Amino acid sequence: MLELKNVCKTFHPHTPSEKRALKNLNLTLEEGDFVTVIGGNGAGKSTMLNAIAGVWPIDSGSVLIGGEDVTRLPEHKRAVYLGRVFQDPMTGTAADMELEENLALALRRGQRRGLVWGIRAKEREEYRELLKMLDLGLETRLKAKVGLLSGGQRQALTLLMATLKKPRLLLLDEHTAALDPKTAAKVLELSDKIVRENNLTALMVTHNMKDAIVHGNRLIMMCDGRVILDIKGEEKAKLTVDDLLQKFSVASGSEFVNDRALLG
Amino acid sequence: MFQLAALFHALPGSIAQGLIWGIMAVGVYITYKVLDYADLTVDGSIATGGAVAVMVMLSGRNVYVALLAATLAGMAAGLATGIFHAAFGIPAILSGILSQLGLYSINMRILGKSNQAISVDQYDLLLSLREIPRAIFVSFVFCAVMIGILYWFFGTELGRAVRATGNNENMSRAQGINTKTMKVIGLMISNGLVGLAGGLYAQYQGNADVNMGRGAIVIGLAAVIIGGVLFGRVFRNFALRMTGVIIGAVLYFVVIAVVLWLGLETTDMKLISALIVAAFLAVPYLKAQYDAGHIRKGGGDNA
Repeated sequence: MLELKNVCKTFHPHTPSEKRALKNLNLTLEEGDFVTVIGGNGAGKSTMLNAIAGVWPIDSGSVLIGGEDVTRLPEHKRAVYLGRVFQDPMTGTAADMELEENLALALRRGQRRGLVWGIRAKEREEYRELLKMLDLGLETRLKAKVGLLSGGQRQALTLLMATLKKPRLLLLDEHTAALDPKTAAKVLELSDKIVRENNLTALMVTHNMKDAIVHGNRLIMMCDGRVILDIKGEEKAKLTVDDLLQKFSVASGSEFVNDRALLG
Repeated sequence: MFQLAALFHALPGSIAQGLIWGIMAVGVYITYKVLDYADLTVDGSIATGGAVAVMVMLSGRNVYVALLAATLAGMAAGLATGIFHAAFGIPAILSGILSQLGLYSINMRILGKSNQAISVDQYDLLLSLREIPRAIFVSFVFCAVMIGILYWFFGTELGRAVRATGNNENMSRAQGINTKTMKVIGLMISNGLVGLAGGLYAQYQGNADVNMGRGAIVIGLAAVIIGGVLFGRVFRNFALRMTGVIIGAVLYFVVIAVVLWLGLETTDMKLISALIVAAFLAVPYLKAQYDAGHIRKGGGDNA
């Protein structure tokens, strides 16, 4: 489904702030995999997602989605295959546009945008149904500007937009990190539900070990621009936070020092 | 001492000018507000529009052909700026400055000299300052048709993609929108309108001048900002917002007329324009500061 082959990315090369963010990263996802990604700050988690999304060109290696080499495709062309939700609730939606306009933009992902009217009456019904499912009272606010919504509502909307057109791969980049615990739990539950019901392949970055263990069928841990741990199936199902910490120190040869990950 | 009659005599002309420049200001609105792109091309492209319109008419073609040519010339100028920015990665403001500078030479080439007159007596012009009621009517019709077309366009899939690009580029790319192309399209529409306004204004004043666009961006911004400050709360709908911008342009020229009537020189207008824009830009900022101060004080009282 997704193949990352020897992906390398260095930021600010040949400068004092040079940062080798991805070092020969390899990862293969099967169809239907829901993979949680953990790792300390600067481990390369978000960088990996950005490499997949094509935010910038990678230095070497290749990215394949559904067998197709997308390494040279610009970000907006890769969007055909991808649904994305970002850490910052502001990033995923257009604040000055109406809720239904945002959804209509998302519905046309991967299509040619022409000179026909941007929203059809029939779509509105569909949007209302989908928003009802979110259970956030948004179904009556189709004409509201998205900027008026709360962070949690915007993240839920972004999630809906990301999956409105079923993506080959859903990328969730710490999408609950900026939310309060209650809202975060709700958005996470929603993510789970959407992934399950649509049978999506997904990559979810999180700082929270417990979330990483509870959700998905596979867990990878990153450190220093590589995948150092890959746990799936039975083993994943029985995993505990202590196991993870243990495995981390064995795999990386150091302690896992990250308050946020431990406390979360 | 001041003769009110003189002011009232000047006002219809201000309205006509305001409506013509209102078309240009809507162009500025599209880049500045919709695309979130400060485009300085307009100082050049308005003169390009004027020059092209006048030369096409002098060559014997009719006024509609001339205005179409002026619009297309403006769009070409916008395309140039768009290519500088989107394809070559030159920052937005600098791209506009480069186009503006280059257009001066192009405009001189088009005109052949720095000023080219076109007489309403010899040519069938759509509007002229000699017949102000007609000029007001014609420019009003152009404004109305333009608002209609733009309202439709920005409601289409493509138009909404342009708006999304100005609103949130990350989100737009994530939804498969080619943000570079959208910026180029926005710049072309904007400068097309500016070129059209140049074509109308050249007819109004009876000549095209290579310097007619100097400071145009400030007038455009003034109209956008005046419209926003005065009507931002009431005019939420896109068509109404554009109407607000046009009213802003008319008010701008009314203020200029008042200032001139008070005895200032025409050459003082640039300073006045700059101060008007600065004042209207300052209002929302100062208001926010004032409000913030009040909230802090209010919170203190409650505690």
